This record gives sequence, structure tokens and C-alpha cells, in this order.
Amino acid sequence: MWKWLHPYAKAEQSYALAGKLMPWFLVLTIPSFIIGIVWGLVFAPADYQQGDSFRIIYIHVPAAMMAMAAYSTMAIAAFIGLVWQLRLAEMAVAATAPVGAVYTFIALFTGAAWGKPMWGAWWVWDARLTSELILLFVYMGIIALYNAFSDKVLAGRAASILTLVGVINLPIIHFSVVWWNTLHQGATITKFEQPSIATEMLIPLLIMIFSFATFLGFMILYRFRNELLQREQHRNWVIKLVQAKQRG
Amino acid sequence: MAFTSFSEFIAMGGYGFYVWLAYAVSLFSVIALITHSVVTRNKILTQVEQQLQREKRIKAAKNREDSL
Repeated sequence: MWKWLHPYAKAEQSYALAGKLMPWFLVLTIPSFIIGIVWGLVFAPADYQQGDSFRIIYIHVPAAMMAMAAYSTMAIAAFIGLVWQLRLAEMAVAATAPVGAVYTFIALFTGAAWGKPMWGAWWVWDARLTSELILLFVYMGIIALYNAFSDKVLAGRAASILTLVGVINLPIIHFSVVWWNTLHQGATITKFEQPSIATEMLIPLLIMIFSFATFLGFMILYRFRNELLQREQHRNWVIKLVQAKQRG
Repeated sequence: MAFTSFSEFIAMGGYGFYVWLAYAVSLFSVIALITHSVVTRNKILTQVEQQLQREKRIKAAKNREDSL
């Protein structure tokens, strides 16, 4: 396995592999996004209690789920980077953080826009909302820490350590609706029983979750390539790449 | 289909403002993320290009000096 993986631990090959994978993620993202959003906004039936305001779910839930998935991905990369001293894994951490931060922001904002008509308040200091806000701050902390060092090897290590510290927040977010009395509703899909949502509402939601996941993959790959170019800009392969571009 | 007319679709059963606000801000955030990523990539590539040109100029200047 390592023998097969080893070439990809080299920057140039990783850059090429990421470039090869990117179009696949995009090809999965665009149609699923269009199908999911049209189905969710136009064809899914209105909720019997919340009316059409529930349609915010089609961005709120995927963004929130993928914000946490992004963090898990980042934490695994940070762990690998620290244990095996793989700089590429640390670059993956730096590449993922901004995408996760944007997803978290979307989850918080759409939650507020949903909370106002349903709860009567844009924001409440509820356990779920507060722990999600902390997730946003952790993401911002990781981005800021990474950018604070001009030595990117040091920056990668520092950001990875902070990432691993922040993992504690993930179970808190997930179980916040169980551990505390919250205004936010409990889990609908990620529980052991049958999902408590009608099938005709669930299918477009699953499609949107898939779409957000593949887009996350695409953005990570894109920004990972940026990190590689940035850090290796004096290396031969980057220079050759730029020269080839000038000619082309 | 959950709506009978386009205006009904825009109104979202009276929740139009909240629904469209949520969707618009999300779309805007994603576009900002994409733009930032693309701009960063182009910036790095231009930076490398400029560095190459600078090196070329230095080399040319050195050659001129040598031939004097």
C-alpha cells in the first residue's frame, strides 16, 4: 500500500493527481446541485407545520453536516501530518479550513434565517447554535494561525495541532441536542431509527448533501493545488508548469 | 409541484424573504469562496512568472556587463 501511495507523497505527483480528480468531483457536483435544489424548492411538498419556510433545510442541513465532515477530514489530515511528518497532509489541513469555515457560516446564517420565522428570533444562545458558532471560531483560528507564520512548515504544524485540539467540539455539536434542552430540534437522519422525515422531502435532501460533499471535495483539491504551488514556487516542476503555460 | 404559479413560488407561502435571504447569502458565500480560490491561483502563477522574467533580466544585464 505504501509503495503504491509513496509517489503521491511527492508534490508534483500530488498536484497531477489532484488535477485529474477535480473534474470528476465537479461532474458530480453540478447535476446533483441542480436536481437537488429544483426538487427541494419546487417539487417537495410544503411542511404541514412550517409551510414553505422548511425549504431552507436543503442548504442548512447539508452545509452543517459537511462543515463537520470537513473538520473530520482536516483532523485526520492533521494527525497524519503530525505523526508521519507529511507536509502534504498539513497542506491539506490548510486547504480544507476555509471551505469548512464557509460551510459553517452558511449553516449558521441559514439557521438564523430559519429561526426568525419559526422561533421568533434570529439567534438564541442554545447549545447547538453556540457549539456551531465555536466551530466557526475554531476554523477562523486555524486559518489565522496558518497565515501568521511566514515559515509554512511551522505554520502547518501549528495549525495541525490546533485542529486536533478542536476535535473535542465535534461530539459536542452532534450530541448538543441530546445533552442539553435545546430549541434546536434533534437528529432527523443521523440516528439509528428510521429518519423522521417524509420520503419525498428526504430524497432531495440526500441529493443536496451529496452535492455539498462533492463540492467540498472539489474545493479541497483546488485549494490543495494552490498550497502546493505556493510552497513549491521555486521548484523546477512549478517553473516548468508556468513556462508551459506561457508557451501555450 | 408544490406551487401553482410563479408568484406563489416567489412568495414561498409568506416566508419568501427568509427563504430567499438564506439561499442568496449561501450562494454569495460559495461564489466568494470560488473567486478567492481562483484569484489565489492566478496570483501565485503570475508571481512565479514575474520571478522568471526578473531572473532573465538579471542574466541579460550580467552578459552585457561581461561583454563591455
